[in-house]
Amino acid sequence: MNQYQLMKLLKRVGLYALIAVVLVYAVFPFYYAVITSLKPSSELFQPELWLSSIHLSNYAQVLGQGSFLRAILNSIIVSLSVVFIALLLGITAAYALGRVRFRGRTTILLTILGVSMFPQVAVLSGLFEVIRTLNLYNNPAGLVLSYTIFTLPFTVWVLTTFMRQLPQELEEAAIMDGATPWVTITRVFLPLMWPAMATTGLLAFIAAWNEFLFALTFTLTDDQRTVPVAIALISGGSQHELPWGPIMAASVTVTVPLVILVMIFQRRIVSGLTAGAVKG
Amino acid sequence: MASVTLEKLNKTFGSTHIIKDVDLKIGNGEFVVFVGPSGCGKSTLLRLIAGLESITDGTMQIGDSVVNELPPRERGVGMVFQSYALYPHMTVYENMAFGLKLAKMANETVDDRVMSTARILQLEELLQRKPKELSGGQRQRVAMGRAMAREPQILLFDEPLSNLDASLRVQMRNEIARLHHRLGSTMIYVTHDQVEAMTLADKIVVLRDGRIEQVGSPHDLYQRPETRFVAGFIGSPTMNFMPAELLEQNADGCRVKVPGVGEVTLPQDASSVDTGKELTLGVRPEHLRLEEAQGDNAFEIVNVEYLGNEVYVYLEPKAGDTLLVHRTEAPSDWKVGQQAALAPEIEHIHLFDADDQALGLARQSEAA
Repeated sequence: MNQYQLMKLLKRVGLYALIAVVLVYAVFPFYYAVITSLKPSSELFQPELWLSSIHLSNYAQVLGQGSFLRAILNSIIVSLSVVFIALLLGITAAYALGRVRFRGRTTILLTILGVSMFPQVAVLSGLFEVIRTLNLYNNPAGLVLSYTIFTLPFTVWVLTTFMRQLPQELEEAAIMDGATPWVTITRVFLPLMWPAMATTGLLAFIAAWNEFLFALTFTLTDDQRTVPVAIALISGGSQHELPWGPIMAASVTVTVPLVILVMIFQRRIVSGLTAGAVKG
Repeated sequence: MASVTLEKLNKTFGSTHIIKDVDLKIGNGEFVVFVGPSGCGKSTLLRLIAGLESITDGTMQIGDSVVNELPPRERGVGMVFQSYALYPHMTVYENMAFGLKLAKMANETVDDRVMSTARILQLEELLQRKPKELSGGQRQRVAMGRAMAREPQILLFDEPLSNLDASLRVQMRNEIARLHHRLGSTMIYVTHDQVEAMTLADKIVVLRDGRIEQVGSPHDLYQRPETRFVAGFIGSPTMNFMPAELLEQNADGCRVKVPGVGEVTLPQDASSVDTGKELTLGVRPEHLRLEEAQGDNAFEIVNVEYLGNEVYVYLEPKAGDTLLVHRTEAPSDWKVGQQAALAPEIEHIHLFDADDQALGLARQSEAA
């Protein structure tokens, strides 16, 4: 083996070592959560890398609680509503910002981008007052409203970039065929924008599904809570016990659907996110 | 089918004046070609007729009605785009049916229209394919089919052949010409290619900087260009231009002195020009005969192009850097490096004044 081949081998080994580190860093916590959730509470504090046996008692306990199932349902309703509203508003806004020439278009786009940089805490108290005024306190609709505010800038931005790449003549052909802007959007542009919509929709879904701060602040009772808050509020037998088993079981339960969704859409996410990066 | 009338049409984008006072009448069933160099406003003019751009000033009539404020779908126009702009997610059938369905036609009518259009354009086999499964020529035909399916009064073509390779371009050019014979509908066609303009048009409109330079049949434009620009734009190889000095003018015409050629008597009426002024003499390559050089009036042959059926002989000019071209039937004995004298055919010489306007003949009887 000459030096060149040795260098090549070393580089390759180095690359895989790096990948392994990143993989462990990213996946190990989730793996450990899965393991923990499958242990009986008596074995919780014996660190093990492999499972010797599988116990589903934690899952039974979590899923047996009506309030947790209710929280999952709330999360699904809230997240899907956010995705639907964000995509509907996003795509119509993207048409206006990407296709219609008007004064101040760039300013509006930059403002939208700026809004997405606001930290949540900065608007928390203000938003709280808004939600109280609108009578949406302790109501999932309040969460939909506040999540949409934070999701929309990103959605509009990505969809606008994508919309701009669609050829001008395509829209003009639709105009010659007698299409109104709404028909052009729904019948011509929408079918071509699925990758971008899948990306932004999924990211909006994940953001809404995981959100904690607003969910904690704007809800009060068990039957209005979403999953992240519900998990945080799972309590043990006494003040001094944290029920790790059920918490982990609950976390895994709400994470797995996301993982599956991302796996289904992963190709589209990549193509959607890189769209606009390079000119096709 | 309908006529189109443009009166004092103007278009500005911000401070840029694109179309300037265009007056034009396009007859029913005519094939009109807008031609000109890039940036002359020919595409903008077409888009104004289509309704894709708004008219800044002036009036436009299609048939008997003023259409200035009408949206494209109410103008009865169909358009074929340069990039075809087919809907990528729809089949050929759906592409052609899209406009018909939007017009809320009954399903049977839509079907009839699409099928009959597909038959004319030989697209029947391709109806269930998506655009990405078609060749360039097929896409072109689908784009035409989509425009035709709505049975518009006027068909507009925006440089439809520029994305095709050379041989396909000739073939599609033929198909478009035959389509016009068969349908007899009014067609307006934009191109920068003067060969397409000459071969397709009943009437050519030469545009330059947003103004109409000349309107006429291909024959008119070739034989009687009104300006030096038109003379140089129409015809390939391009017309030869040589500086000339006006020596005298009289009732029968004028005499000019051309450096390198000598004194020439021409039938043109030069009464509008002062004696001694500079003129430009234009002569097409096929009307520029070459003779054995005698004395000082000689040009050097710098290149000879053999094209099989004909030969182009290029000569070093006395002024400027554009080579002079002589065109003759093959074979030809002229060789590179030889000296030749020019003998332009007097009856085919064009004369342009300092403003590049062509001078008319002194006696109209000699025009024939």
